[in-house]
Amino acid sequence: MRTVDVGSIEGLVYRLARRAGVTIAKDCLAALSLAAKCEEGAAQFALETVLGNAEIAKKMQMPVCQDTGMTAVFLEIGQDVFLTGGPLKAAVDAGVRRAYADGNFRKSICDPLTRVNTGDNTPAHLHVEIVEGDKVKIRLLPKGFGSENMSAVRMLTPAEGREGILRTIVETVQAAGSRPCPPVVVGVGIGGSFDGCTLLAKKALFRDLGSKNPREDVASIEEEALSRINALGIGAQGFGGKITALKVLCEVAPTHIAGLPVAVNIQCHCVRHEEAVL
Amino acid sequence: MKRLRLPLSEEQKLALHAGDPVLLSGTIYTARDCAHKRIFALLDAGKTPPFPLENSFIYYAGPCPAPEGMASGSCGPTTSARMNSFAPRLLDLGLGGMIGKGEMSEEVALALRRDHGVYFAAIGGAGALYGNAVKKSTCIAFEDLLSEAVYRFEVEDFPLVVAIDAYGKSIYALN
Repeated sequence: MRTVDVGSIEGLVYRLARRAGVTIAKDCLAALSLAAKCEEGAAQFALETVLGNAEIAKKMQMPVCQDTGMTAVFLEIGQDVFLTGGPLKAAVDAGVRRAYADGNFRKSICDPLTRVNTGDNTPAHLHVEIVEGDKVKIRLLPKGFGSENMSAVRMLTPAEGREGILRTIVETVQAAGSRPCPPVVVGVGIGGSFDGCTLLAKKALFRDLGSKNPREDVASIEEEALSRINALGIGAQGFGGKITALKVLCEVAPTHIAGLPVAVNIQCHCVRHEEAVL
Repeated sequence: MKRLRLPLSEEQKLALHAGDPVLLSGTIYTARDCAHKRIFALLDAGKTPPFPLENSFIYYAGPCPAPEGMASGSCGPTTSARMNSFAPRLLDLGLGGMIGKGEMSEEVALALRRDHGVYFAAIGGAGALYGNAVKKSTCIAFEDLLSEAVYRFEVEDFPLVVAIDAYGKSIYALN
């Protein structure tokens, strides 16, 4: 048994949130640089502006995008960990609250009906998983809503199969058009349940853009979906071009014999995520 | 690249074409969903909006708080399509145009053509760059909306692309 004070979780959430808000992930920057070389005209202008922005954000420690997002926090807590020092959820929210205040991040969380802002970007969107061991892994992803709004879930029939999955992915990106700030990264959850597939899709967004799913059949969906998306011609910011998506990342889980749930979570070109182990 | 300073004359607006990159300077006003709702409530009640609409440009944006010594925090554009239902009426009342990101509806394109307005696309996700280009910022209305309040910005060399021109032609439809 290992004792972990939730105060140290608060501190780590704070540091990860501060860093995530001002940093585009390295693999994403590399993909954007490559895309800028492939494009011309307005799309190239957009990509070069985005790359210049990443430099400014880093140098000045300013948010790369003013939409500093809804803060998704994924905790993997070892079952041999004993948490002390108060409620876990309050500690995570406290870390987010402090980061968004100190970092001059925008507070974007509000009541769904009255639209009154909570004023501190809490509550965080918290997922907790109990795993083996005595460590605490924290993964944090500030998710902007320009892209979140364009995401979708479809409950396909088993008969629709691979082609149905591909169609769902491509149609979702096509319908989103210029709105989610392309070139996008597409997180896809295949299988599980109605809610389970959406969680898979979001988790997929943590993966390295150079990676591929270890399952050959799943990796081939990632590849084919990407090439079909890039044939759409939407391009950076919707200005037209060859690169509409940087990557499609699929995750799978067993599902029911009667169903084939597919979730598509769209991520803008500002891929921001951080993780650390305590 | 074309450098423009607001206000734009009729001739300047008609000389812009979908796809043209420009650097825009001058006074603009921020407004998002909630601010638009309130501006419409004022107009419906026969009251004056918080800034003169005549030949003004609205920036669909909600800034981050300003760090010490800066006029604005990060401040890139938000998705313009959410303002589709608001833009035509404001254009008919004299608004010069809008700055945002992403496509807008056919109704908006028709209004831009009718009223000789221009819709510029700022580059989404370039918040730090646009924040640095804001030289002065004043909250002029709806302060309780925090980042969604109306700010008057003085901006210098905003990098933009003409998204829908005064002829109603759209860069998004060119694809």
